[in-house]
Amino acid sequence: MLKKIRVSLAFVFFTGLTLLFLDFTGTVSAWLGWMAKAQFLPAILGLNLTAVLIVLALTLLFGRVYCSIICPLGVFQDGVSWLRSRIRKKARFRFRAKRECKPVRYGMLALVIAAFIAGFGSLVALADPYGAFGRIASNFFAPLWQWGNNLLAMAAEHFGSYAFYSREVWFKGLPTFLLAAAWLVLVVVMPWVGGRDYCNSICPVGTVLGMFSRFSLFKVRIDGSACNGCGLCEKQCKSSCIDSKGHKIDYSRCVACMNCIGTCSKGAISFSAQCASGNASKDVCKDASKGAEAPSEDAGCEASKPEGKADDPGRRAFVTSAVLLAGAASASAQEMKLDGGLAEIKKKRSPERKTPVKPAGSHSVRQFGKRCTGCQLCVMECPNNVLRPSSDLKTLMQPEMSFERGYCRTECTKCSEICPAGAIERVSVEEKSSIKVGTAVVDLSLCLAHEEGISCNACASKCPAAAIKRVPKNPDGEKGVMIPVVLEEKCIGCGKCEYVCPARPVSAIHIEGVSVHSEI
Amino acid sequence: MDMKRHIDRRDFLKTSATAAAAATVAACAPGKVRELLSDDGSRDDSGEMTCRTDPRTGAKVSLLGYGCMRWPMTEEDGKSEIDQEKVNELVDYAIEHGVNYFDTAPVYIQGKSESATAEALSRHPRESYYIATKLSNFSNYTRENSILMYRKSLENLRTDHIDYYLLHAIGNGGIDLYKKRFVDNGMIDFLMKEREEGRIRHLGFSFHGNKETFDYLMEQHEAIHWDFVQIQYNWVDAKHANPTAGYLYDELAKREIPSVIMEPLLGGRLSKVPEHIATRLKEKAPSSSVASWAFRFAGTPEKVLTVLSGMTYMEHLEDNIRTYSPLKPLDDGEIKYLSETSDLLKKYPTVPCNDCKYCMPCPYGLDIPAILLHYNKCVNEGLVSADTSDPAYRKARRAYLIGYNRAVPRERQAERCINCNECVSHCPQKIRIPHELSKINNYIEELKKGL
Repeated sequence: MLKKIRVSLAFVFFTGLTLLFLDFTGTVSAWLGWMAKAQFLPAILGLNLTAVLIVLALTLLFGRVYCSIICPLGVFQDGVSWLRSRIRKKARFRFRAKRECKPVRYGMLALVIAAFIAGFGSLVALADPYGAFGRIASNFFAPLWQWGNNLLAMAAEHFGSYAFYSREVWFKGLPTFLLAAAWLVLVVVMPWVGGRDYCNSICPVGTVLGMFSRFSLFKVRIDGSACNGCGLCEKQCKSSCIDSKGHKIDYSRCVACMNCIGTCSKGAISFSAQCASGNASKDVCKDASKGAEAPSEDAGCEASKPEGKADDPGRRAFVTSAVLLAGAASASAQEMKLDGGLAEIKKKRSPERKTPVKPAGSHSVRQFGKRCTGCQLCVMECPNNVLRPSSDLKTLMQPEMSFERGYCRTECTKCSEICPAGAIERVSVEEKSSIKVGTAVVDLSLCLAHEEGISCNACASKCPAAAIKRVPKNPDGEKGVMIPVVLEEKCIGCGKCEYVCPARPVSAIHIEGVSVHSEI
Repeated sequence: MDMKRHIDRRDFLKTSATAAAAATVAACAPGKVRELLSDDGSRDDSGEMTCRTDPRTGAKVSLLGYGCMRWPMTEEDGKSEIDQEKVNELVDYAIEHGVNYFDTAPVYIQGKSESATAEALSRHPRESYYIATKLSNFSNYTRENSILMYRKSLENLRTDHIDYYLLHAIGNGGIDLYKKRFVDNGMIDFLMKEREEGRIRHLGFSFHGNKETFDYLMEQHEAIHWDFVQIQYNWVDAKHANPTAGYLYDELAKREIPSVIMEPLLGGRLSKVPEHIATRLKEKAPSSSVASWAFRFAGTPEKVLTVLSGMTYMEHLEDNIRTYSPLKPLDDGEIKYLSETSDLLKKYPTVPCNDCKYCMPCPYGLDIPAILLHYNKCVNEGLVSADTSDPAYRKARRAYLIGYNRAVPRERQAERCINCNECVSHCPQKIRIPHELSKINNYIEELKKGL
């Protein structure tokens, strides 16, 4: 029963969080954005006290249920571990009690804290389990989802329906992709071999919550008098934290998955406040023993259903890629309707910026660097394709703005609504339109008006802040070529000028970030 | 030999001039037409194509002329090419069904139209069709370049004579530019000489300008003797253009100059009309296509030599052949009905783009016609509404924005316009393209903000 609840809840959270990364229409984030906000490390970095207290309270009550239910990386690893035991029945009992590896656990935690204090945000981001999951989801699951969506969009176009629209799938950055790939290997291999090893050695969130779960009210407890020492519970404990001989459990590593309860044929294991005495706790014990009466097969079945669904993205990925191959032919046929006589368009390349541009709500480059865990949620949500992970070592994976594919629309506050880490704090549309995140800078040597004398008012006419004016190139000469100038005080750094500038591959006008955002 | 033929033609001209009242343009199968006049609207597929006789040369020209500006395209290695196989198929079918007038120009389809058209036509005997092409000396109108362009056309078309040769698109730039392009450089004299020598059988011009320019050109008739004039004539412009197409036609008819009709369908705008207008036309003729009204309208005046249609698809070719085999002229009641319909249609704020692509390629990569056509499509479908309180607004907004991204890749959308005004002088419809693009873009911006 308890396991069933745990698996169901885990399934809900995992699906919700995955969808959060896949959906680009903004619908899911409106409903399930809170799931990301409940993530522990982002909540700490974002000083989201409510979320931190709730997680800590949960842990003090029930142990590390956070790791088993709320953490998507944890649930993902449970899925991998479960998959192995489905493939080979014997593998279910592949675990042995291990001793806690304190130097690694606390060493990692110390390292992360040190990195945070030193302002090395990318290292903190790297250690965040939620961030790691986000990077995996955005780099591996989302493209498949989007390609699948684009297939549907093609079908919809064929039938004249507007139910689906296509979304450009683009590669957002190599370093982040490689790190995501590395972590994907890690969280497939580690649980495949050793269950929750990652969570009980590398993960700083696991370590911190482990400190609290030692003192939790409800715990998995072994009734030594009922135990016949068969050792089954130990052999299938993903956390390798049950010493079946000594009837001891290392609560700092137990993730309260409840698997052991169902495995014990003697009903010697229960999840309770205090097993020996008190009516209330007796009830709990009874409940647990009732659950234990059910044949172990049943437990296997229960586990198989929901966790099978939890693994859904993988299957969906496979199906979509297969459909994709089949649809490739029709994709090229669709392109035929393009009219002839179109000028070739060179791809835009992002200019080198001395200061990165961070979205409105992040206050300063420094604060952003300290809080962001690089989960990529804002990158996935950005409807204008402005955000992408940084490739700079110190801010690696943390998003920054660039304007080759779109510009930051003033009426959009998506990233500030969704950010779980408080790196981008909530701003209203009104506030956003007066927050200066950067300043446009003109490079006249690239400007078509200046260099080729072309009559162009692309940047000046499109600027939503009316911060770009045109002045004569030769003020003394007769009327002639007009060149753009920027009124720095009015510019908010939305990047529209950079986006619409006809100079290619590098725009003649680009945004330089400001290290501390200000209001104009 | 050529000289003699020319004199014959002149003689014929004189006789026709004396018989002013006589109908000089005649259908090649008048009996058949009359027969069908009493028909109650049922189709006669076996009928023959209506033909008109050129008043000066006696050439029998099919009422349906093939405009070679919209040949089907195919994508090869990311570049669009004319789909020659389909062109051959269309040309074969057209000739088989009596179409014998093919109108091209050196600049059509990025300069590929003449060769592709010639390729398809070369598979038929030269005397079985008339070929029309143009002097498109828009950008460089030196005498050398203009003559080179003319000779290149002869070469491209694989022929020693051009049946109908036009001074291309007089109008933009007015009388001034006309003089620069054709008079000051001596081109008009050169072409008249070519006509005398029989290498040009008919000399005329295509017109997109104002009344002043047209009147001026009519004054030139005495000196030049226009053999034909190509005008934009359809059931909307007949009444609503400036000057009206009706005026242009009457002026020509007065002088016994046959009219060649272009844009009878306004680049499809008169077939893709708003739903209730289509229904209105269907009510009158349930089994006829909406387009057939436009073709019947354009073909009805007797001094129309041929009606050009740029048929990309076989269905359109078939439909138009059906309409003209033979033509069932509109009666006064039907003309009045169309005139009323045109008033209704004019209420829609569409952009008068006929998708001729003269504005293309835009140096900054915009797909101008696609942007304008999508806007028109949405106007016609009632999807353009700025009223956010309208319950249909959200749906219309979604349809507009999604449809826009489908019709025009993002990199080629209206927001990319830099206002360089390069396109404006190319547009025969005199659309202020940057202005329209900016208007459309502002509308789209409003839609995007209206989350």
